[in-house]
Amino acid sequence: MNVYDIIQVAVFAGLLVLLTPPLGAFMARVFEGERTFLSPVLGWLERLTYRLGGVDPAKEMNWKEYAWAVIIFNLLGLAVVFFIQVFQAHLPLNPNHLGNVEWTSALNTAVSFMTNTNWQGYSGETTLSFFSQMLALAVQNFLSAAYGIAVFLALARGISRKSTDLIGNFWADLVRCTVYVLLPLALIFAFVLVSQGVVQNFSANREITTLEGAKQAIPLGPAASQIAIKQLGTNGGGFFNANSAHPFENPTPLSNFLEMLAILMLPAALVYTYGIMIKDKKHAWVLYAVMLAIWSGGLAVALYSEHDAAARLFHGMSLMEGKETRFGVTNSAIWATATTVASNGSVNAMHSSLSPLAGGMAMFNMHLGEIIFGGVGSGMYGMLFFVLMTVFLAGLMVGRTPEYMGKKIEKREIQMAMIGMLGPGALMLIGAAVACSLPAGLSSLSAKGPHGFSEMLYAYTSAAANNGSAFAGLNANTPFYNLTLAFTMLAGRFVCLLPALAIAGSLAGKKSAPPSAGTFSTGGSMFALLLTSVIIIVGVLTFVPALVLGPVLEHMLMVKGMFLF
Amino acid sequence: MKTFWSALRITLVLTFITGIAYPLAVTGFARVFYSGKAAGSFVESGGATVGSELIGQSFRAPRYFWGRPSAIGYNPLPSGGSNLSPVSLALQKQAADNTAAFLAANPGAAGRPVPAEMVFASASGLDPHITPEAALAQVERVAAARGFDSGREKELVSLVASLTERRDLGFLGENRVNVLKLNLSLDQNK
Repeated sequence: MNVYDIIQVAVFAGLLVLLTPPLGAFMARVFEGERTFLSPVLGWLERLTYRLGGVDPAKEMNWKEYAWAVIIFNLLGLAVVFFIQVFQAHLPLNPNHLGNVEWTSALNTAVSFMTNTNWQGYSGETTLSFFSQMLALAVQNFLSAAYGIAVFLALARGISRKSTDLIGNFWADLVRCTVYVLLPLALIFAFVLVSQGVVQNFSANREITTLEGAKQAIPLGPAASQIAIKQLGTNGGGFFNANSAHPFENPTPLSNFLEMLAILMLPAALVYTYGIMIKDKKHAWVLYAVMLAIWSGGLAVALYSEHDAAARLFHGMSLMEGKETRFGVTNSAIWATATTVASNGSVNAMHSSLSPLAGGMAMFNMHLGEIIFGGVGSGMYGMLFFVLMTVFLAGLMVGRTPEYMGKKIEKREIQMAMIGMLGPGALMLIGAAVACSLPAGLSSLSAKGPHGFSEMLYAYTSAAANNGSAFAGLNANTPFYNLTLAFTMLAGRFVCLLPALAIAGSLAGKKSAPPSAGTFSTGGSMFALLLTSVIIIVGVLTFVPALVLGPVLEHMLMVKGMFLF
Repeated sequence: MKTFWSALRITLVLTFITGIAYPLAVTGFARVFYSGKAAGSFVESGGATVGSELIGQSFRAPRYFWGRPSAIGYNPLPSGGSNLSPVSLALQKQAADNTAAFLAANPGAAGRPVPAEMVFASASGLDPHITPEAALAQVERVAAARGFDSGREKELVSLVASLTERRDLGFLGENRVNVLKLNLSLDQNK
């Protein structure tokens, strides 16, 4: 660690916090349908979309209607992405004449992008045509982010409204989020990325002769437009196989800084948006502080581990395996923690080659449920499960009916929150357990021992948490992994999303009581401490046994200087 | 059923906006303002395209500065790293081999720590950069291979210094040297 490392971490965190209030306030206005400075510019596009779509944005839905709209919209998106891939050889914009994608891989990718996971079993530059990248994947990058935010908005309305069954119009939420938030930000960001050297063209691979006379075929394509939204929408799916480690995806330290900021910018701002929507900014800042603290703690572990491992393993030589010269160790560690607390999953270094505890931290961040800022929308509704649980526990301790924002928290809310909290964890552990007991799971491993186990645990963790990053030594493009991970991603998405909507419906129907002297305050340090404890304890109790078999064991072997494999 | 038709129509409209109009707008902007970068930052020498400034290439001749080890042999289809665990025998062996090979090729660099980038493979396999230290450790070899006297060897040192890209905005990332650019300017100042 030198002074530059410290400055970079500080500037990153500082800018993230500074951007939160203006962006959060802007989004709150957009999502409530109020006028913003963009209304004169883009209002026509919003209205045109409603008209062409044949929907009435003012007609609100109850939670079941809202959930059906989400499900049907997603099934359609899934079908579109699947069929574009399996027929891509017959579609335009395929200058490298890539063949149709094999169906299990296409299904995996379709589920992956529809669920905002962006797990990639394939290599972009050798598998997908530009048509597939643009019209299948980039579109889902926008839409999966937008519907994640929509579900969060529905839940926020359920909490702030009283005695109604209406929680908003899904189409209005989806369109406003896309038109006013994601599209303008992505446009600006893509322009900046191009200025740094990210490619944006429709050319076939360009074959050149190197200075030493070797042939090199360099893949190109419309990358900047896709990378902008994959960072902003917590998607993370790379245009190229090496993701944001590829010099065409992330050419300079400046592009790297902005791409890192884009990972957490919207999820962080949505916390502020939430504060405005429920008219309790203090509570929102408490949630924000908890998130910032847990992220910083994870980053500290990752940075310490990288430097400690370098000293133990290679006589202090920096651990540059799987890292890029222009970013160095610190930027790789910041990114690894940011991309896994959020459900982004893009990488600028190979997580498989991180030091054991840094790789373990990336996994544990996902194990916590990606609620530390988290995915766009999904991070906030995931965090609210933990908030409800904390309120419930506090109520049990003092023997009062738990309340949150004036609403009584009862059996149904807690049941739903439990499903949302524990569902992804079950999918992660069961998935990894199945994979490591079947030959089809084990034959894809590239490493033996604890690292091999980590490859499998990471894959199912990443899939169930809708993250998408990988210990990429695992050959995941096999029918076994394509199908089981597709199921895990789909289940992981909806096991959180549907309970969130159910809670929204149930809370919206309740009366709200003003706080009394006995109400447990959700706006102070006591609540922050309790919430942090609940998050960490649930994560630790669920995952420590698995982590011990993977990264912790690997760390202990390293400390003992034992190299078994 | 009505929800289905709404979903279908909204999907089509939003696909047009985000999947066609948006990437075309970005492409248009890129063509107008940054045509070279958007096309791939290709560099020419003597009328031929010799590579992309951003995509590293393999250098093994003593007369050139070498880039980082690459898990894909600098073949970009597809890009990627070794994914080896740092706590693996495979990486231990690889690091030892790369260190020995670097010291054998650059006897002048003995006695100083071997630069990490010359030992470890990059994430993309296409890293176009090395640190200035890694370039300086190769100066003696390159000068000898090119038959430079000690005066011209000093020029090489200043060439490395002049091609060193500093941290962006003074604090972001790491100082670095683009290996292809460095080798091109070597060839040009024969």
